[in-house]
Amino acid sequence: MAGASSDLKLLGAGPSPYVNRVQIALNLKAINYEFLEEKFGSKSELLLKSNPVHKKIPVLIHGDKPICESLIIVQYIDEVWTSGPSILPSDPYDRALHRFWAAYIDDKDLRTAEGEKAKQLAVERIAEGMALLEDALGKCGKGKPFFGGDNVGYLDIAFGSSLGWLRATEKLAGVTLFNEAKTPGLVAWADAFSSHEAVKGVIPETDKLVELAKMFKARAQSQSAN
Amino acid sequence: MVEEVKLFRTWSSPYALRIVWALKLKGIEYETIFEDISNKSPLLLRYNPVHKKVPVLLHRGKSISESLVILEYIEDTWKQAPLLPESPYEIARAHFWAKFSDSKLMPAIWHVFLTQGKQQEEAIPPAIEILKIIEEELKGKKYFGGQTIGLADIAFGWMANLLYVLEEITGLKLMNTQNFPSLSAWINNFSDVPAIKENWPPHEKLVTKFQAIREKYLAAGATK
Repeated sequence: MAGASSDLKLLGAGPSPYVNRVQIALNLKAINYEFLEEKFGSKSELLLKSNPVHKKIPVLIHGDKPICESLIIVQYIDEVWTSGPSILPSDPYDRALHRFWAAYIDDKDLRTAEGEKAKQLAVERIAEGMALLEDALGKCGKGKPFFGGDNVGYLDIAFGSSLGWLRATEKLAGVTLFNEAKTPGLVAWADAFSSHEAVKGVIPETDKLVELAKMFKARAQSQSAN
Repeated sequence: MVEEVKLFRTWSSPYALRIVWALKLKGIEYETIFEDISNKSPLLLRYNPVHKKVPVLLHRGKSISESLVILEYIEDTWKQAPLLPESPYEIARAHFWAKFSDSKLMPAIWHVFLTQGKQQEEAIPPAIEILKIIEEELKGKKYFGGQTIGLADIAFGWMANLLYVLEEITGLKLMNTQNFPSLSAWINNFSDVPAIKENWPPHEKLVTKFQAIREKYLAAGATK
């Protein structure tokens, strides 16, 4: 049963990987919804009302019910719209693997830092995470293109949503995070994920994110200089 | 066929206690393997190579780590005494509050507990604000899940006992029955559930342990 456009609203902003997760899930299920863009630097009345605890995007409003926290929303979508491919696997252990690695990704700091030494340490830390995820891709995907196997699944969405910013980081910091030699599976996966129908057009272009990052940095610097 | 379930834990880890409660509530038999965190067993390191922490659940030869992930696995595997509600919306709410416990309440309480003087004074109002949010959520409810204990209750369970332990150690009272009637009632209701009551670590032992943790943190902070 597809939701009517007016029945489903997503409060978000294009560059947010957390918002992108929800958009990808909605696309996978071919669900129509209204996207309400939050302006950067301000929070709308509707956002404050729907997510009073955290005041953060994304928020999915289904009828009159708000659902918050990106991965919680993804699971909600999976459970409500049961026609079409499942996002979470059905086997309890596979589900646990997807959840474990999604939590790992959310906890892992995927940002680089300023200064050569700090940057090097950050890149090493990210590389360590990538090596583990390469291994996880083998265990979860079992030789298929996605963590979800043949289809884009929960962990694909959790990790894949950060591809835009990871690529922007590569450009900004002049580092390579997706290494063909060290993590060939992830390199192939990143391509397959980015070109998937449900993902195309959701994650902003890398150059746009690079520009945004520069803008945030300039803004932060001018604020701290005052 | 009895399927072997093993739980790696310590006697005091609040994360591991969540798993004990869930297994007891569902009546699942399991074997406990106690770990000494200062000397982790090769098995623990093998079954949780990423985080090297307790709890770890072993079932059907596979290991599952991270307490909230383990709770979901238990719920997915054993259908009796469900810990999650039926409707996707209510499930989302349970997940929301379980996450809130770990992402918001725990850090705020630790911040009060592991500081002193001015730093501690400043840590108190944000912690109380978070307790107020929980108080609001519990209004009119016996448990987070409504009439029956569920995943969110288990996630918050550490609060039902440790809050008093930490208050005793610091001499600080963050909440009382007057200002937090729903939260106080929840603590009583939760603590009274037999599976919970019968599996709480001894109070004095907890006080000693957390007193030592606080002293260690304060000493480390003083050298910065």
